[in-house]
Amino acid sequence: MIVFASALTFFFVNLAPGGPASVMRFDVTAEQREALIKRMGLDRPVTQRYVEWVAGAVRGDLGSSLLTDEPVAQRIGERLPNTLTLAGAALVLSIGIGIPIGLIQALRRESALDHVLSLLSATGLAVPVFWLGIVLILIFAVSLRVLPSAGVTGIAADTIAERLRHLVLPAVVLATTVLPTVVRFMRSAAIEVLHEDYIRTAASKGLAPRVVVTRHVLRNALIPVVSAIGALVPRLLGGAVVTEQVFSWPGLGRLALEAAQGRDYPLIIGLTVVAASIAVVTTLIVDIAYTRIDPRVRLG
Amino acid sequence: MTRIGYAALATLSVIALLALVGPLFWTIPPETTNPAQGLAVSSAAHPLGTDELGRDVLSRLLHGSRVTLLVGVAAMLAALSIGVIVGAIAAFRGGWLDALLMRFTDGMLAVPAFFFILVVITVLGPGVGTLVVVIGALSWMPVARVVYGETLRWKNAEFVVAAASLGVPAPRLLARHILPQAIPSLVVSATLGVAFAILTESALSYLGLGVQPPLPSWGNMLQRAQQYVFTAPALAIYPGLAITAVVLAFNFVGDGLRDALDPRSRR
Repeated sequence: MIVFASALTFFFVNLAPGGPASVMRFDVTAEQREALIKRMGLDRPVTQRYVEWVAGAVRGDLGSSLLTDEPVAQRIGERLPNTLTLAGAALVLSIGIGIPIGLIQALRRESALDHVLSLLSATGLAVPVFWLGIVLILIFAVSLRVLPSAGVTGIAADTIAERLRHLVLPAVVLATTVLPTVVRFMRSAAIEVLHEDYIRTAASKGLAPRVVVTRHVLRNALIPVVSAIGALVPRLLGGAVVTEQVFSWPGLGRLALEAAQGRDYPLIIGLTVVAASIAVVTTLIVDIAYTRIDPRVRLG
Repeated sequence: MTRIGYAALATLSVIALLALVGPLFWTIPPETTNPAQGLAVSSAAHPLGTDELGRDVLSRLLHGSRVTLLVGVAAMLAALSIGVIVGAIAAFRGGWLDALLMRFTDGMLAVPAFFFILVVITVLGPGVGTLVVVIGALSWMPVARVVYGETLRWKNAEFVVAAASLGVPAPRLLARHILPQAIPSLVVSATLGVAFAILTESALSYLGLGVQPPLPSWGNMLQRAQQYVFTAPALAIYPGLAITAVVLAFNFVGDGLRDALDPRSRR
């Protein structure tokens, strides 16, 4: 998977018109151009360069940024914790809120509450992330002045509390990109489970409704939901790009934007590969979590 | 279709009508600047006020709706074409081509699309054409899967086998006998696809990588608006409301169509 993403990105960048080879369009003398091409290795065939790039990548060397000349791996490393914090917080929020809401909707199916919550989910899916961010900044930072509108931490004091305060708005905004989907999955999974015979058995043998819901419904409904969460991570990372821009959050997303605007090819390739790796690692974690929830599944 | 589906369809029709004829009636050009009148509140001359350069917000919204809807529909058509071709060929041909194409589809689904979009824009440069290509190229996978499933389902049906034994060539067999079976699912995919394309377009334009000013789009109107969120918050409200309304309407129409066309999903 990571290989797929890296190959796709690498070959696209290198073969497309306007790729790195476009340095040749600049007004430079013949010697300068020669030197530049040599330095970037553009005098060798693309496949060979890809093999060299992969060889470097597995050793943690992703080349150096065209703009700042720093190693790409170092620039990504500096930003990675911020994005992981933001995405992690958003994911925890989505799961923590989404699963109870979906469950309640399934239990109170077709009630007024169910309809209102469904409408909210639909709206959540339709609202542009960045606009929601701007609106929340308007409400909480401009009007109420209770939360900061940008950055990771305060200028005056860098404390845990200050960092959490800065995390609230971006995490909530980013969570809306996946929360409605979690709710919908949970709702339909729980409705499916509620129709099962074993639920009727559990209820008719006199178990308290609370026990039936937590022990039988929740546990069985979680199985499809957990596997769906893995598939949401790419979307979460995409949302992070936009959210980081809205809240001036110094993470991978803003770095990717800088790279895109500055045509910094090694940086954008490295970022895409790192993003793909994050997605792969989460899928792996989800698969492991799967075996814990569903005893029928064993890692082969 | 559900009541909410019809309401959404009506909303879409109104918005499409506004996009089509609105600029004919509201004739202030969207590019005319008037810095002296910048950031004006709403008045008879400018019902929704003006932006930081004194451009009429209503006019930009109306013209922006054309750009936004056009990009959305064009990108959806691009995604639909790629998806139909990949899905149909993979299922119809089978064998190694099937394996290769569907592995590729799975791979594309797992790639963090937004990062790859940035890669493509970095290379091709921003613009309306790039947007259509890039959104289309990164959202065809669900379509391919739908078409793949439908083609597999129908390619051994009796009427298809009968047509084949009469000597109908493969492309015609696909186009006339198999793919029409997939039209209901494709209509649903297309509707939801427009919603996705509009959301992506607006996000990219907001980031400055989509529709380039002075051409207005709802997304790039929000890009500048954020800087004036303290002095002119209204600027940030209208385009966002417009995007939300259109995307919500497309999603509701899509869901409504799915319920109407696929009795199995109604439970």
